[in-house]
Amino acid sequence: MFTWLHPYAKTERAYALCNTLLPYFLVTAIVGLVVGIIWGLLFAPSDYQQGDSFRIIYIHVPSAILSMSTYVAMAAAGFVGLVWQWKTAYMSMMAIAPVGAILTFISLFTGAAWGKPMWGTWWIWDARLTSQLILFFLYLGIMALYAAFSDKTQAGKSAAIMALVGVINIPIIHFSVEWWNTLHQGATITKFGQPSIASSMLWPLLISIAGFIGLIGTLTLMNLKNQILRREINRPWVTELLTTKEMNVNKEAN
Amino acid sequence: MQFDSLAAFLDMGGYGFFVWLSYGISVLAIAVFVMYIQHDRRILIQTVKAQAARKQRIAKVKAQEQSL
Repeated sequence: MFTWLHPYAKTERAYALCNTLLPYFLVTAIVGLVVGIIWGLLFAPSDYQQGDSFRIIYIHVPSAILSMSTYVAMAAAGFVGLVWQWKTAYMSMMAIAPVGAILTFISLFTGAAWGKPMWGTWWIWDARLTSQLILFFLYLGIMALYAAFSDKTQAGKSAAIMALVGVINIPIIHFSVEWWNTLHQGATITKFGQPSIASSMLWPLLISIAGFIGLIGTLTLMNLKNQILRREINRPWVTELLTTKEMNVNKEAN
Repeated sequence: MQFDSLAAFLDMGGYGFFVWLSYGISVLAIAVFVMYIQHDRRILIQTVKAQAARKQRIAKVKAQEQSL
């Protein structure tokens, strides 16, 4: 069923696939973020309760929702690595990790800067905020664990297991606003039924989310290319790829 | 358009500091990461080139030794 995937276990093919996919993600990122954020900042109506402070939503919500999706993607890559013993899967996992950490940081920071004028505090130890902070530490822990092993197969296995165990935090974050009393408001768009937001505010938000997906793909692929090169640095195809320019120059000089 | 002037846009109905702080730090975080990736790639290219140059030198010396 998945035999079409097998060639991409080879690093050279995986590297070529990165180059093929990059432009699509990059275009999605640029178009989505420019349209979504300009629309959100300039044209969406201001909130009747929160005024213009709600415009933080156009980075806060995409980064927060996608920090969880990114975590699941990272854990899935780790799972593939553990089951099929693909080193490219571990490389993908570690390429996603810092991107997820940055998204989580952005969601926490923009949340704090939104909380200060609306709740009167930058930070409070409530369920949603604390579980999101744990997500941030999970990302950092996975990166630190991977870096702690010099044998990168061992490192990949350990980090993958930690990533899989950490998946338990994802439903906790999502349902934290229902299970516990919290300052944070409930789900607006990631729920069944009608989204509880006016469509004039929702559309730029959805476009911004699409832009963030493009951005995540772009950053992950750029990082993955480096991961592949670092692991395969002694392979002939890497040498050829990175030195062909210089070789040609030398030939001309001779 | 929700704002009458650039000043009103920057002020964000009095919440300018918080809105622009959020957007600023987010852009900064992503920009720093992109710069890190590019720096990483430059170092990898340098390493590979140095290795290739070393191999070439060794091959040259070996060839000279054989011709002696």
